[in-house]
Amino acid sequence: MTSYDVIVIGAGVVGSMIARALARYRLRTLLLDKAADVGEGTTKANTAIVHAGYDAKPGTLKARLNLAGNAQYDRVCSELGVEFDRCGTYVVAASAEERISLDELYARGRQNGVPGMTLIDGAEMRRREPSVTPQAVGALYAATGGIVDPFGLCIAAAECAVLNGVELALETEVTGIVREGRRVAGVEIRKQMPGGNLAVQKLASRWVVIAAGLWADDLLHSAGLDGLSITPRKGEYYVLDRVAAGQVHTVLFPCPTAFSKGILVTRTIHGNVMLGPNSVSISDKDDLACTREGLDEVMQGALKLVPGLDRRQIIRTFAGLRATQRPTGRSNTGDFVIEVPREVDGLLLCGAIESPGLAAAPAIAAYVVDLLRGAGLTLVERPDYDPTRPVQPRFSHLSREEQQALIARDPRHGNIVCRCETVTEGEIVAACHAPIPARTYDALKRRTRLGTGRCQGGFDTPLAIEIMARELGVSPLDLTLKGGGSRLVTRQTKAVA
Amino acid sequence: MRNLRCDVLVIGSGPAGLAAAYQARECGARDVLVIERNAELGGILPQCIHNGFGVRVFQSDLTGPEYVARWARMAAEAGVRTLTRTMVLAIESSPDGARRRVIATSGADGMLAIEPTALVLAMGCRERPRGALAIPGLRPAGVYTAGTAQRLVNIEGYMPGERHVILGSGDIGMIMARRLTLEGARVEAMCEILPYVSGLRRNLVQCVMDYDIPLHLSTTVIDVAGRERVESVTIAQVDAAWRPIAGTERVLPCDTLLLSVGLIPENELSRAAGVMIDPVTGGPVVDQAGATSVPGVYAAGNVVHVYDLVDDVTASALRAGRSAAGCACCTLLAESCELPVTAGENVHHVVPQRVRLPLVPEEGATLELRVRQPVEKAVRVRLSADGDVLLNKRLRYVRPSEMIGLALQPEWNERLTSAGGLQVDVEEA
Amino acid sequence: MEEQRHFVCVTCPVGCNIEAKVRGTELLTLVGNRCARGVDFVKEELTAPRRMLTTTVRVRGAALPLVPVRSEAPVPKGRLLEIAAHLRDVVLDAPVAEHQVVCADVLGTGVDIIASRALERVD
Repeated sequence: MTSYDVIVIGAGVVGSMIARALARYRLRTLLLDKAADVGEGTTKANTAIVHAGYDAKPGTLKARLNLAGNAQYDRVCSELGVEFDRCGTYVVAASAEERISLDELYARGRQNGVPGMTLIDGAEMRRREPSVTPQAVGALYAATGGIVDPFGLCIAAAECAVLNGVELALETEVTGIVREGRRVAGVEIRKQMPGGNLAVQKLASRWVVIAAGLWADDLLHSAGLDGLSITPRKGEYYVLDRVAAGQVHTVLFPCPTAFSKGILVTRTIHGNVMLGPNSVSISDKDDLACTREGLDEVMQGALKLVPGLDRRQIIRTFAGLRATQRPTGRSNTGDFVIEVPREVDGLLLCGAIESPGLAAAPAIAAYVVDLLRGAGLTLVERPDYDPTRPVQPRFSHLSREEQQALIARDPRHGNIVCRCETVTEGEIVAACHAPIPARTYDALKRRTRLGTGRCQGGFDTPLAIEIMARELGVSPLDLTLKGGGSRLVTRQTKAVA
Repeated sequence: MRNLRCDVLVIGSGPAGLAAAYQARECGARDVLVIERNAELGGILPQCIHNGFGVRVFQSDLTGPEYVARWARMAAEAGVRTLTRTMVLAIESSPDGARRRVIATSGADGMLAIEPTALVLAMGCRERPRGALAIPGLRPAGVYTAGTAQRLVNIEGYMPGERHVILGSGDIGMIMARRLTLEGARVEAMCEILPYVSGLRRNLVQCVMDYDIPLHLSTTVIDVAGRERVESVTIAQVDAAWRPIAGTERVLPCDTLLLSVGLIPENELSRAAGVMIDPVTGGPVVDQAGATSVPGVYAAGNVVHVYDLVDDVTASALRAGRSAAGCACCTLLAESCELPVTAGENVHHVVPQRVRLPLVPEEGATLELRVRQPVEKAVRVRLSADGDVLLNKRLRYVRPSEMIGLALQPEWNERLTSAGGLQVDVEEA
Repeated sequence: MEEQRHFVCVTCPVGCNIEAKVRGTELLTLVGNRCARGVDFVKEELTAPRRMLTTTVRVRGAALPLVPVRSEAPVPKGRLLEIAAHLRDVVLDAPVAEHQVVCADVLGTGVDIIASRALERVD
């Protein structure tokens, strides 16, 4: 039986960053995910903000890892070639009462050690973001807050891990953690085989790291442990056309409530404007449905911050689920649960990684490595570890001269497939042959931005299907939107005689 | 980067682009170039394999591919040059605003910088996607716009699904209802949020009713179910404010949701070039010759406003091509004045938005308008200039789906010289 | 028995709304047609309605997998699905010429199915 040193369950941004951190050492590491691509859970549907760190309660892991994670973003994103903009964030107070809560946030931020915070008045807020509500009486500016491409970061981290020897298995569902007495022996997996059969298999490992987001509690329970219960908290979002980008240059939060940071209006790293999220506790961990009521709530909330938003510029809606801890036997501290449970050997739990999980991810990875080392895992650095990964050129980001040079090198870059986002055939080909190849349409979207513009794939889908089928050596009939049964087309128009 | 010059550059080789280019050559422009992003000419028409094209222009009932083939031949014989597989990335203006440079890319030629004397925008339109409607529910595979499905079925040779529900009753949606049925797939229902069909009656008869496809008016999709592939949609009737009516929900099992919920003129390039856009049409503000607010830049076809008949697209492009050639040959009248055109009672919009005087017989100036509300009894379409009624046209009915054309008569020139503007009203007779 | 019936003429995209007075399959009077073809259309609708058929057939050896085709004249409305199904099994070899007969006298209707476009041979 194959034996690993570490199996990381879950290839979201946390699992992928952990895998990358482990790739630095002489270990046999396996990164597993049940989805057809990395980052298919909370990572693909969140607010994409690198929080400055004033929100979390002082002294918590959240506070510490947010601050530490945020500080690593410039380096990590530059190593991995991921788009990141430390554009600064604002919490906008729209009443005298809210103005008081800014002082509290500011004080908490100071306690957490957040640098670069200033309190500004309403006039200054409007000067910096003229579209903000005229009700604004003040704002907390956090210069270290930023926006990032969250799936880009996840893909890049996972690719870096793979290039440094970590094995990646997608469409591989962990059905349980296998114990031998006190020791964790490995995991049991279920994998879809060609022909549709399910194969069940055991994989041995000295350590198992649970980074499975919404399913962290189920996996913990499968190891015979309790103490964590995750309840999904849904957040719905609107994405606006890039023509709206002039309206918001940074990140505008309302004053937070006890439960959430509120419905915000943010520029995205890709130049869109995003509105959301609301916060609805649900029970189904797969329920990513948008609701009319939820979307209305988001629009109303966003309009409070930026009254001039234009509904006609909406190009997409989506929902994401946060992995929130439900109060159970153990008191819910509201904190991340990152620990080596005392009851067993060989298990590390990353649970309840809700906001600011994205900001904290680089620091969570480092913390996990420290915990593993502390629990006895021998870590020997590999001399050939490379913290970077090859970055494919993005045609639309290049100067005319660079575009010309790129087409001269590969004429497929002269063929624009996605007209709204200016994505070339060359970029699609590169994504299909990347260290973690794009094997689904959604995977291609996250890597190239194809289909994410105002026509939402209307023009590019037939072309993308043709190019992907050719490059991946599969029939268009086998291509999916996001793995499983999500086939894009159902049969040939004419039966082949 | 390769630098090119031409008299008239046309962006897009659909029916508008080809006709504009042809006419520019016929009217004396020496060097006319058409840029097309696809591998072949014709824009969207190669996938429009149904008939109904060319009844006015050629007095024959042609399919989309036949209509394109005719125009491509005519353009080639007239000496129009074409560049296929070439995509325009930007339109740049000189610092004084007098000249334009079009940046394009192609695999064969690399980056191109083209400086035309006159530029014709003929980029057509795009379909409104699901996201723009904020349809609630999950986001499984199997949600397509009707035009995307049309390309898959007719060009690529793949079926989007087996059991379809179509939201919206635009012409492409109705045509796809028939197309999918002919290919052995099922169309479970067509839902339209309005109380009337938004496409042409002709298509309702021969694409929907002929095939016994259930049509639900004042009905919309309120939920999409299915984690991987669409498994069902929930439809519900709506009230006058388009709010779903509780208790009218019905779950329709299906594997595909097609959207035919509107077309949007594609004007990102025009905006970037500084062309003034009409917020109602989503297209450039033009005069009767297709001249935009930017000197030397013309627009024709669906980029201006969405047409229901290709023959009208062609007619608009012939006017724009003629004036673009005039610009390139410096034969346009220097002295002219412009009258704004106002959409009055029950008029959604009028194109052109301004009329340049004097009207000349050769230009065939036409006002094109759509009503806001259908009126299924006799109406009068009244064209007036500061209250002076120029035309009072009686129609048996008016519908938003059917564009109304009003020819502008050069004999009105004298009455118009002192007028402040034109207005069109549609009222019950 | 005389009755008033409504027709939308599908002969051309104008789509005239025609109000007709009919007795059984006999046309008595009509209003609303902008041309004479409207009269023929209503007469045919009352007796033996016909429609144009447009679809595709498979083609081998071209840059595209399908070639669009149409009926050279309207075919009986009741046989549209049958003819479309029949054409699903037709396979052409490129090159295809515009208006080349794809299927002569399709299913004995007396109407030819012809190609709506040319397709070159690609080897």
